[in-house]
Amino acid sequence: MTALTAQVAEPAPPPPPDAGAPKRRGVELTLLVGAVLISVLGHLHVGLATTGHVPRPAAHYAAGLAVAALLAHLAVRFRAPYADPLVLPIAVLLNGLGLVLIQRLDATTPGHLAAGDQLRWSALGVALFVLVVLVLRDHRVLQRYAYLSVAVALVLMLVPVFFPAVNGAHIWIRFAGLSFQPGEFAKILLAVFFASYLAANRTALALTGRRLFWKLRLLPGRVLGPILAIWALSVGVLVLERDLGTSLLFFGLFVIMLFTATGRIGWIAIGLVLAGLGAYAVGTFEPHVNSRVDDWLNPFASIERGEGPGQLAQSLFAFGAGGLLGAGLGHGQSFLIGFAAKSDFILATAGEELGLVGLAAILILYGLLVSRGFRAGLALRDPFGRLLATGLASIVALQVFVIAGGVTGLIPLTGMAMPFLAQGGSSVVTNWIIVALLVRLSDSARRPAPQEPPE
Amino acid sequence: MIRYIRWCGYFCALLLVALLVNIARVQVWESAAYGANPANKRPAIERYAQPRGNILVDGRPVTGSRDSGQLLRYERTYANGPLYAPVTGFSSQTYGTSFVERAEDPVLAGTDPGLSAFPLWYDLTRGRPAGGNAATTVRAGVQLAAYAGLAGKRGAVAAVEPATGKILALVSSPSYDPAALSGTGSRVKAQWARLNTDPDRPMLNRALRETYPPGSTFKIVTAAAALDAGVVTDVAAPTETPDPYPLPGTRTLLPNAGTGCQDASMAEAVQWSCNTVMAKIGVRVGLRGMVEAAERFGFNRDGLRVPSWVSRSNFDTDMSQDQLALSAIGQFNTRATPLQMAMVAAAVANGGELKSPYLVDRTTQDDGSPVRRGDQRSLGRAMDPATALRMQELMVKVVEDGTGKNASIPGAVVGGKTGTAQHGVGNAGTPYAWFISWARAEGAPLPAVAVAVVVEDAAANRGDISGNLAAAPIARAVMEAALSAR
Repeated sequence: MTALTAQVAEPAPPPPPDAGAPKRRGVELTLLVGAVLISVLGHLHVGLATTGHVPRPAAHYAAGLAVAALLAHLAVRFRAPYADPLVLPIAVLLNGLGLVLIQRLDATTPGHLAAGDQLRWSALGVALFVLVVLVLRDHRVLQRYAYLSVAVALVLMLVPVFFPAVNGAHIWIRFAGLSFQPGEFAKILLAVFFASYLAANRTALALTGRRLFWKLRLLPGRVLGPILAIWALSVGVLVLERDLGTSLLFFGLFVIMLFTATGRIGWIAIGLVLAGLGAYAVGTFEPHVNSRVDDWLNPFASIERGEGPGQLAQSLFAFGAGGLLGAGLGHGQSFLIGFAAKSDFILATAGEELGLVGLAAILILYGLLVSRGFRAGLALRDPFGRLLATGLASIVALQVFVIAGGVTGLIPLTGMAMPFLAQGGSSVVTNWIIVALLVRLSDSARRPAPQEPPE
Repeated sequence: MIRYIRWCGYFCALLLVALLVNIARVQVWESAAYGANPANKRPAIERYAQPRGNILVDGRPVTGSRDSGQLLRYERTYANGPLYAPVTGFSSQTYGTSFVERAEDPVLAGTDPGLSAFPLWYDLTRGRPAGGNAATTVRAGVQLAAYAGLAGKRGAVAAVEPATGKILALVSSPSYDPAALSGTGSRVKAQWARLNTDPDRPMLNRALRETYPPGSTFKIVTAAAALDAGVVTDVAAPTETPDPYPLPGTRTLLPNAGTGCQDASMAEAVQWSCNTVMAKIGVRVGLRGMVEAAERFGFNRDGLRVPSWVSRSNFDTDMSQDQLALSAIGQFNTRATPLQMAMVAAAVANGGELKSPYLVDRTTQDDGSPVRRGDQRSLGRAMDPATALRMQELMVKVVEDGTGKNASIPGAVVGGKTGTAQHGVGNAGTPYAWFISWARAEGAPLPAVAVAVVVEDAAANRGDISGNLAAAPIARAVMEAALSAR
């Protein structure tokens, strides 16, 4: 993320007519080979450490991952040749590492195998990545579907209310033995809507409105009203569904995109204060959240009460056991965390078996991915594209912060999926679509300016 | 807008830094504290992840390991568990370890730095050497003889090699199978509860941890003290003791169990176990002399380890004359572990020098290469060598023609001393039958074994007869086993 500093100044300098940005597809291919290799070696390591021999489906796994990476690469090479060469390899590496960690946890919970499903969802994700890169030739097309997006997003978020709660949250839809979280898809649609709406009304938001005091001005209700309503509705629904992680994410996304569009830091501050008050109220009066806050403030309280370590305590034990260098893949005991070890707490396994070094590397990978998103946003020339890139990058960043901060005791725990790493079909698929959009956006950003303006 | 996107970037960078700082805190700064939290199962999982090393008797393992497939994977098995329980103790996933299992735990569990020539290698690879073995000084034949002798009775046997201090047998009866405590779960908890509420207290190691009034066997200490102090110079000289003997400063009369103690010599008093004579001699030696003698034999010594800790045997240091008289015949507050009384017999047999008893001969790596040797240490001189020789003669007389005839072994020189210890309020309890002895094969330069036997529920209640009837045959069997094992 620090690489942002020395880059584009406003306005973006017009690129020289003929030179064009280097395409860097060879770099991408090389990095992809590395990403596939690391994942396959990880897979072999897990097999050797847990069973003592090379896992039988290792060859299939390697071949499958290589083919998926190659197909994705070919799609980018032919349809988004100027795309940022880091984005796809980072996604492949994170997805591959996630599969390694899930397979490793499968070895200790033979009754609940998850790696196979995750592999199929990943394949679907890559397929959708290819589809988006092939079909979506210009990101500005999405601008036209802003209101359709928000309508679909709201429907998607409302549907799970009619399905039974799982672990206390109404966020899943189950049918035909499959389950997925529609809220995951909704976040892309919402980002598209926010970007489109804010891009269209940017001037009005930035320059009009009555002055309250000093530099603080009331935004015009006519412009702010609809978007505020949408946001309030979505967050309200999520609170009803007790999906606090996602409501936090949506709030953060809204604030960041509003700030990017208007530059009004004062409103951000007010928003944060309001959110803080809301969070305090929910944290105090809602028992589900209240217990999480208690856990965060004193993760070992349950041990002192003689009830044994809770999930967060187990997670902290796992991180602590990893130390600097980690126990090595397959040598940790993070299954002690219990049922959420493969989903919400997947980072604990990474922390225990790869150590501080490996965990920091993973977090920095996310940082790189996010920074590439912002970078595309900086280099793009249309406000919609800039806002969309910022929004998508922020989704990844906020998600990583909320879940990683939660499992390491930095902030109260809210259930959310670590992008690409955690078990969860809808999450993997959604993140692949985000990556596809980032590839598309970075392609547009780095593409040399056309000789004649597009129609 | 470019500027605000950049600010968003800075904000996200800030979040990343916060995450990195926090994981460094958790994984480096707090790591040790989390690892030490008793609720953290990792140390236990690691501990039981590999088979435990074995405890050896006569070079053969009396323990084993079983892969349970559970989280705490390798569980302890015991060949002949009840026989060796006072030696091995238990190794339980739920209740920890005891006795040799505890004392040699680092070697058995593979955490002892001595197990590896390159400890750094295991630090780097986060591995652990295979568990080492602990070879005990116990001899299977001696142990078995003691165990069989006590079968069906409550009591204990301790046998040591006088010249070295090697413990040859350590038996407590009734015993239990430590394998019942291996592992986790309700079965183990139920067994633990059962063993702890059993009125027979099978988990009590009577040989090391229970103290009994030593009764007449303590007269050996009193006699040695008298000879060393010069209070008695001629063991055959009459002592001018009345029968019964009025305890000094009181009107209480101390009787004898048998007859012929009137004015008996010290030699006769030992041979026929005269309370009156030995009580009077104890009073003549004086409190200070008696305390010093008892302490030279190991009484009042804290922290004796074999390597498991041994209960403190007691001889009061502040008593009136009548109390001293009773203490000199092993009553009043005098209490001794069976091991302590075996040490008394061993000191006499070993020419007065008291060796520190020990149970672990050596510890080895998995492949048999040595880690540590058990150390033969002296606890000092319990009596003059000349006194020891006299005491040997007196003890031999007890077995040849005294109260301890049941201990005699053809082809061996055996010295012994019977005892019957009154206990309970108003001496209401069934007396404890004692026998302490040592044996030397004829022609052998050194005694092979010194033994102490205590039987708690001796049926016969007639003075020192019960020591001879209930305890001496067991001592004889143990000594025979030790002599034949040579």
